Amino acid sequence: MDPKDLRYAATHEWAAMKKDLVVVGITKFAVEQLTDIVYIDLPDVGDHTFAGESFGEIESVKAVSDLYAPVNGEIVEINKKLLDDPKMLAEDPYDKGWIIKIKPEPGQTLDHLMKLEAYEKQISEGH
Amino acid sequence: MAGQRTVLHDWHASHGARMVDFAGWDMPVIYTSIVEEHQAVRTSSGLFDISHMGRLSFGGPDALDLIQLLCTNNAATMKDFQVRYSLVCNEQGGIRDDVLIYRWPYGFALVVNASNRQKIVEWIGQHKGMRKVQVEDQTLTTCMVAIQGPKALEQCRGIVPIDLEELAYYFAAATNYKGKNCIVSRTGYTGEDGLEFMVSNDQGVELWEDLLRRGATPCGLGARDTLRLEAAMPLYGHELSEDIDPYQAGLSWAVKLDKGDFLGKQALEKRQRDGSLRKRVGLELPGKRIAREGFKVTANGREVGVVTSGTFAPTLEKSIAMAYVSPELTAVGTKLEIDIRGKPEPTTVVKLPFYSRKKASGVA
Repeated sequence: MDPKDLRYAATHEWAAMKKDLVVVGITKFAVEQLTDIVYIDLPDVGDHTFAGESFGEIESVKAVSDLYAPVNGEIVEINKKLLDDPKMLAEDPYDKGWIIKIKPEPGQTLDHLMKLEAYEKQISEGH
Repeated sequence: MAGQRTVLHDWHASHGARMVDFAGWDMPVIYTSIVEEHQAVRTSSGLFDISHMGRLSFGGPDALDLIQLLCTNNAATMKDFQVRYSLVCNEQGGIRDDVLIYRWPYGFALVVNASNRQKIVEWIGQHKGMRKVQVEDQTLTTCMVAIQGPKALEQCRGIVPIDLEELAYYFAAATNYKGKNCIVSRTGYTGEDGLEFMVSNDQGVELWEDLLRRGATPCGLGARDTLRLEAAMPLYGHELSEDIDPYQAGLSWAVKLDKGDFLGKQALEKRQRDGSLRKRVGLELPGKRIAREGFKVTANGREVGVVTSGTFAPTLEKSIAMAYVSPELTAVGTKLEIDIRGKPEPTTVVKLPFYSRKKASGVA
């Protein structure tokens, strides 16, 4: 995935529409802030997501961070490979490190999320 | 409000360290990654800025007397240049700080936790009385760094005029670094062999860069925490506090009730006999989830303790924690649970320390 084509949440998740599904991951900035990722807690296929609410957790040596869903919908796929190898999040956050795929509720869009430029401005301010 | 800065602050900041507030000081928590820095210490050597820790000197004829009053361990049996771990207790037997006592031919020094420096300085002032002793806080004029790891001693060959490899464990030496006074001790907080150097501020950066050129990897507080936790060393504010006594903490060896009177002695005599209080244990978890400070420990759902520190141990590659648990459940092998954000995760009591360099090197 090209970061230029993605949308971003203030909480450092990225999202993209791919064949009617919303693919979600975390940004390189998030990965760098976390460092030393040890474990990821993924939801189950079939679970509902609510925009702005936590759908999982990433555990790093230093702290635990919530993962926030960008849209309301149903989880149709989770990246099981991350359970065995959470380091993939750090190695390839925009591709192999994708986390979940959501079937969004009708009418849900990514329009409320930032484009790359706005996100880069946010992280340049240190958050 | 900006924190206090050591003389190495600008070096850390300009070399990619992420800085955080620690006990009112701006300190490096991480340079590259906690795991990388941790592994550097276990396999080679790592370098820590510990200038934020309090350095107090005691001179005069009554210095020993004052140290004996404040500390639970026996300073009278220390040899000159010996270093000894001790606790400073309040009058209920709770721990005010854990410290290192340095004995010199001409006086003493205490190295205290950064978070407790003001508190201990005040405590000393309250109890000094009419004793003939000059107490000086040398924290702000001196720099202290620790180089730790199996290669630390060989990397330090020739850095000072004395043979550091001949320096015994938990002993110090008063020597010089490039002609100016320097104290070195064979001490540390990582479970590895190593040295701690104290120089005056004007030599801090020079010494730091010298040690890096000799092969040490700069390390932050993040790795310092995972290292000490693997070695099961207590951290004030976590395993130690004003409400915890040395017997609960497993530190009875640092308390010498037979040495004469000291602050907290009467209370400690009672606490030593009290078998009802929670005790510190080591816990291992089977998965990768980390038990965090404050998480409840349960036995079949009944609350029996609390986690004081936890991490995913980089060397052992296991999730480990220390906790205080009801005394009847502290036997090695006891199966308990830890409430991790609502889910009870199974855990087992294990022997401490989790890691020891003797175990690691195959020497019993």
